[in-house]
Amino acid sequence: MKTTITVNGEPRTLDLDPRTTLLDTLREHLKLTGSKKGCDHGQCGACTVLVNGVRINSCLSLAVMHDGDQVTTIEGIGTVEKLHPLQQAFLTEDAFQCGYCTPGQICSALGMLKEVAENWPSQETANLTGKITLTDDELRERMSGNICRCSAYPQIVAAIKSVAGELA
Amino acid sequence: MSSVIDWESTSNPVKENRAGNIGKAVDRYEGPLKVTGTAPYAYEVEPPSPPAYGVMVSAPIARGRITAVDTAAAEAAPGVMLVWTYMNAPAQGPRPERYDFFTPSPRPALESDRVYYFGQQVAVVVADTLENAQAAATLVKLSYQDDAAKAVTFHDHFDEGVQPPGESDVEIGDFEKAFAAAPVTVDDVWRTPLQNHCQMEPCATTAWWDGDQLTVHTSVQMVRFAQNSLAETLMLPHKSVRLLTRYVGGGFGGKGSFYEDLVLASLAARELGRPVKVAFTRQQMMHGTVHRPATDVRVRLGATPDGRLTAMSLMTTTHCDRRGNFTEHASNFARSLYAAPNRLTGHRLVRLDLPVASAMRAPGEASGTLSLEVAMDELAEKLGIDPVELRILNEPESDPETGKPFSIRQLVRCMREGAQLFGWDRRLPTPGQVRDGRWLVGMGMAAAIRGNFLLPAKASFTVDADGVITVKQGMTDIGTGTYTVLAQIAAETLGVPLGDVRVEIGDSELPPAPGSGGQFGAATAGSAALDAGMNLRKAIAEIAVNDPASPLSGGDAAQVTFQDGVIAIANRSERLSELIRRNRPDGLTADGEVRPAADASKWSSHTYGAHYVEVGVDTITGEVRTRRMLGVFAAGRILNWKTARSQLTGGMIWGVASALTEGNAVDPRYGSLINQDLASYLVPVQADIGELDAIMLDEVDDKANPMGIKGVGELGISGAGAAVANAIYNACGVRVRDYPITPDKLLAALTAI
Ligand code: FES
Ligand code: FES
Repeated sequence: MKTTITVNGEPRTLDLDPRTTLLDTLREHLKLTGSKKGCDHGQCGACTVLVNGVRINSCLSLAVMHDGDQVTTIEGIGTVEKLHPLQQAFLTEDAFQCGYCTPGQICSALGMLKEVAENWPSQETANLTGKITLTDDELRERMSGNICRCSAYPQIVAAIKSVAGELA
Repeated sequence: MSSVIDWESTSNPVKENRAGNIGKAVDRYEGPLKVTGTAPYAYEVEPPSPPAYGVMVSAPIARGRITAVDTAAAEAAPGVMLVWTYMNAPAQGPRPERYDFFTPSPRPALESDRVYYFGQQVAVVVADTLENAQAAATLVKLSYQDDAAKAVTFHDHFDEGVQPPGESDVEIGDFEKAFAAAPVTVDDVWRTPLQNHCQMEPCATTAWWDGDQLTVHTSVQMVRFAQNSLAETLMLPHKSVRLLTRYVGGGFGGKGSFYEDLVLASLAARELGRPVKVAFTRQQMMHGTVHRPATDVRVRLGATPDGRLTAMSLMTTTHCDRRGNFTEHASNFARSLYAAPNRLTGHRLVRLDLPVASAMRAPGEASGTLSLEVAMDELAEKLGIDPVELRILNEPESDPETGKPFSIRQLVRCMREGAQLFGWDRRLPTPGQVRDGRWLVGMGMAAAIRGNFLLPAKASFTVDADGVITVKQGMTDIGTGTYTVLAQIAAETLGVPLGDVRVEIGDSELPPAPGSGGQFGAATAGSAALDAGMNLRKAIAEIAVNDPASPLSGGDAAQVTFQDGVIAIANRSERLSELIRRNRPDGLTADGEVRPAADASKWSSHTYGAHYVEVGVDTITGEVRTRRMLGVFAAGRILNWKTARSQLTGGMIWGVASALTEGNAVDPRYGSLINQDLASYLVPVQADIGELDAIMLDEVDDKANPMGIKGVGELGISGAGAAVANAIYNACGVRVRDYPITPDKLLAALTAI
């Protein structure tokens, strides 16, 4: 099935088996292996990418559903030569160990910060219609879809907090 | 032969730390690749030509035989290139009757009609795309004869426990008599469940052949072990196999061995003449790899009214698979922890029709401290003594079982500094006194201990004409920081900026090191690296003093200093790169190695720590939240403050999870594990963990190895869960001895109060 997806700003037209997930499309067809497969069932967040600016688990989505969509993967966020401030913060705070959950954490955090800026409430939010302040509890709740088995959780909180102001 | 005395008395650049690279909070060497998603893990390595995709099929019975095989539909499915079961899989080396972690041996896949455990791989389908392979795998029809008549739940077979092979109980004094005579006693049984490693990266392999030369990229902790074993499985000379594992998405002991993905990808790539990739699914990881077995630990403590232990016993019953030999040594750590003149420790092993039991982060300590360190809390309460003081009262002068001196032991300092920093004096000894709305709040503490090990390893250092140092070692970095600490050791040893060091690891063509496990990695790999660095220094110095063109010419080689990329004797100096460019334009290499010291066994050598935690217990739901937690650790010289702290906090979080959420139950109908994915197997998530930190005491253990360092990868988990259990008791007055302490168990007890 012919599908055109704009990935990291570049339109990519692919002829795909309709069973192909967005994650496998990125990894196996576009060689964008930064998005990781930790469970393939929407349970770990390692495959998190931004679709039209919103974070999703790319393993739970078929590529053909994204015809015309804008997808941003970790490769579109920064490069080794020019790290995004959040990538630099992950490095500085040591917010990863094995690194396998890391691209998903970073994409998820960027999506999360946008949700906060747009005042989307969470389980932790007391006033559902008010302005959201990114407390530690809000941050932890909102990042709980991204498992880090190495358990870099305190360092991930520190990394996100260190740039949340400047990215908001 | 190396000796502890030499290590202690000889200085070296790491000890001197003139440039200050050692101990520094250096960012991870490979970090920029990881945060940009450009570090290729095993399944992501690009092979020389487009790969085919393998998908494995797993057995749905715990023990029995495959009675019929029908692969016709799978073979006829679109894109399918090959379907293998035991009927047509290629011949492989024979599996030894029993095997262990360090001795390479064949691990044939699809070897016979026998099924030994639920989830054993019984077929593989290889197709042109992943989607075609996944679809065809569902068409493989296998019939089984199910022989697993017996229930496979550990506790039903508890009484069948036998002494693990080659072991015996260790008794000092007369435990039973002393325990019977003790005025104050604790006698309880703690249960820990089976646990899964759940590394975020499922096991995976990409394999291809060039003639009869095999290249595999896989995800394992032990390079040489896996490479030799794979070659023996394929009945090839070792040198025909090159195994790479440059980035490993978590190991925790579960990738100490290797699995069918490695063997089947290799065999299928040979058969098809094209690269093949095979990965485990998350569900296959739960059964098809290894797990930490369940334990029952009976702890008996006897003490005098003033708090001196007179009798101490830990007896563990645990299980492994039918063909295995793994014992979760949950009693062992207690042999070195507290003084008590009469002591008894030992293990009983039950063999069951379950998947393979093996090592998981801090095997022994992780499970065992969940009992003894809670029993000490119970004893402290009975005695009316503060738990910290009770531990200090029973602090041994020398190893309480062997009488050997400690290489260094700062457990008391860890406990005292932790108590002060945490505000332990604010804890009320009587449970249930502190309320915060519907929450009851309490504090708990526990001690941490984990052994220290050193294994033989090699390394090489090369300096090139740009003055860049390249470290080469068949070592792994499973998130532990190996790349980074090797770079720090190299920079410090050769006196070059960190930016002028390259690290190449995770390749069987490089000088062998045992790999990552047992928290021996940094000490073992690092000591070999230091030796290679020292040998390279000597070689460079010799060249310099013998080179008429060098300002150092004619000097004493022993006087050459290395700093900022410059070599010097007093005020005569030149850049290292210039010397090498003139004399060794193609580079200069030196090898190094480390071996355990012959006299190392004269000392009792461990890492230590103390955990302090505050929890809230929701009186209505039974939910437990860790509010804040602090660990204070003493683990020798710390190579990298940043990565070491991360290892420790990671371990502590594992401990919290083992107290509160983690565990898998056996379904006795199928011999399967009930939690088969990350939705049901509860590893901690961000919201489960509150404020949490680890600090490290200044320490040098000069008897541990030439650098005086020890490991931290497993220390953090030791005792952490016990501290949480003790805090729960302090909060609400309930002791749950059957881990994890889930809301249902707490609520039942809370309602009863
Ligand atoms: S791989 Fe998509 S959520 Fe785990
Ligand atoms: S860094 Fe290893 S899982 Fe997060």
